[in-house]
Amino acid sequence: MDKFDKLTGIAAPMPMINIDTDMIIPKQFLKTIKRSGLGVNLFDEMRYDADGNEIPGFVLNKAPYREAEILVAGDNFGCGSSREHAPWAIKDFGIRCVIAPSYADIFYNNCFKNGILPIALPQEQVDILMKDAERGANARITVDLEAQTVSTSDGETFSFDVDPFKKRCLMEGLDDIGLTMEKAASIDAYEAQQATSRPWV
Amino acid sequence: MSPKTLYDKIWDAHVAHEAEDGTCLLYIDRHLVHEVTSPQAFEGLRMTGRSVRAPDKTIAVPDHNVPTTLDRLNGIENPESRIQVEALDRNARDFGVHYYPVSDVRQGIVHIVGPEQGWTLPGMTVVCGDSHTATHGAFGALAHGIGTSEVEHVLATQTLIQKKSKNMKVEITGKLAPGVTAKDITLTVIGKTGTAGGTGYVIEYCGEAIRDLSMEGRMTVCNMAIEGGARAGLIAPDEKTFAYCMGRPHAPKGAQWEAALAWWKTLYSDDDAHWDKVVTIRGEDIAPVVTWGTSPEDVLPITASVPAPQDFTGGKVDAAKRALDYMGLTAGTPLAEVPIDAVFIGSCTNGRIEDLRAAAAILKGRKVKEGLRAMIVPGSGLVRAQAEEEGLAEIFQQAGFEWRLAGCSMCLAMNPDQLSPGERCAATSNRNFEGRQGRGGRTHLMSPAMAAAAAVTGRLTDVRELMG
Repeated sequence: MDKFDKLTGIAAPMPMINIDTDMIIPKQFLKTIKRSGLGVNLFDEMRYDADGNEIPGFVLNKAPYREAEILVAGDNFGCGSSREHAPWAIKDFGIRCVIAPSYADIFYNNCFKNGILPIALPQEQVDILMKDAERGANARITVDLEAQTVSTSDGETFSFDVDPFKKRCLMEGLDDIGLTMEKAASIDAYEAQQATSRPWV
Repeated sequence: MSPKTLYDKIWDAHVAHEAEDGTCLLYIDRHLVHEVTSPQAFEGLRMTGRSVRAPDKTIAVPDHNVPTTLDRLNGIENPESRIQVEALDRNARDFGVHYYPVSDVRQGIVHIVGPEQGWTLPGMTVVCGDSHTATHGAFGALAHGIGTSEVEHVLATQTLIQKKSKNMKVEITGKLAPGVTAKDITLTVIGKTGTAGGTGYVIEYCGEAIRDLSMEGRMTVCNMAIEGGARAGLIAPDEKTFAYCMGRPHAPKGAQWEAALAWWKTLYSDDDAHWDKVVTIRGEDIAPVVTWGTSPEDVLPITASVPAPQDFTGGKVDAAKRALDYMGLTAGTPLAEVPIDAVFIGSCTNGRIEDLRAAAAILKGRKVKEGLRAMIVPGSGLVRAQAEEEGLAEIFQQAGFEWRLAGCSMCLAMNPDQLSPGERCAATSNRNFEGRQGRGGRTHLMSPAMAAAAAVTGRLTDVRELMG
């Protein structure tokens, strides 16, 4: 997995609440058996018209935001389905960090498995970052995972919380299946005990 | 011993390892797999030379992509869909997991097949790369959706890396009024708590109105826990649960059944257990409801009118404006005057036999309004067979409904069943997101009886008008 430590980049503003996984990557793109190549279809139905032409008003179709590496959004980002195609599409587009007041649980977990940092901040702070993001190429937001801070282009800095285990996996790019397999003895012991206590499982 | 919730008890029984920071390895008893969220996980195993740790606890069934028309055994026309289903065929065979292929009469939506075959049992942990895994919580099983990386993790280790969620109690007291169903309960709860109201929690549904529900109804309630943001929904097992499980192909038998039953009977929340959040709704206050917008929280009684953006606050003002525009609705229009173009009855939310019986009760001796497209898609091949045996299929066909084979169908339109732009659908599924049932399609969520009523009148309809 790609490591994440520090990032300074253009942030795309999407001031909408409840941005769901069907908006992030519509169902017709879930038919792939690969993880890559979904970036071109990120937010597909908001980004292109029915004929496949770009909709000029959509944020990721505007000049500075085509290069966005951060997304600033409204409450309950990523609600809906468990499709990991959503973080795959975000990552493939080039976005490595999402900032919003809150996230849906499964989407939030899926981000960490793909080298994406989802940051939850209070609404007032997201509002300030949203304004900064609206300045386009004139503003670059800095995210420091080690220090757990987000800074506006003017240097205003906010702290965020992140689970220490998730932070370590992201900073070191760890394969968590490998980590769990190191605990195989505990799993063996659990299965042996379950075979006695709940043999019907 | 300190009092525990049902969630606490199931959690404690499944911790295989706990790190100092509270990160746990939770053992997974049942891993359900479908074709959309698993190919990359199996590919990951191949690339790392890993195997499936517990193939006997892994159950695969194709559902999202499969056509539901009668000619589907001739093959899937869409090449991408076909490749995905073929990949599952191959992965199931190569890794030796239980499998119900398209040609098997037991095939159906993974969340309907699991309980039907007795894979889902009380007190289990159940996961699937699908958010509606919450359905299995109806059995008092801790069940939730996971992403594809986690699917790979469970395939390889039969565990998940987890931190415990908080406990939330949703109590529905008293009795439901006539015409009010499990779907109305679950939509009403989401309307009240919002789509993020359950984020960070596992919900336990309880109260007289929940106890009164059949297992089918309880599955409908738990199915949409995820739509309220919760990690999982749970209902404590009782005699109805045990009766449903008994005799199913993969349920325990004989002495093992007795041992299982003894443990299952301990699976309830202790009287003085701690709840981090409590929501109480009077069953008598729940009306037949429909959704008007593009979020499952946009719920109103069918007797209400389309709201205006200024009825809301914060980010919801813009969201409502966008939703009304997408849905082509004008504030102040009575919901019961909104005309529809299509009706979809089915999905993991409402594709079980009881749902079909409820629809048939309304449709018997009636006709689908002329010009309307209407389809009923049973949740599994066995539900379909039972509905035919009970004479329900005949009622549907005589009314003018298409009677399909089992699959996810128009719930998410990954298959040929889709809405056209602007087409408005009365649907028994679980999500009314923009484009969910097809680009530009407009979805109103409701119960099977309400959808059947809408099919007859050609508009969103209060089912009580048609109840004799």
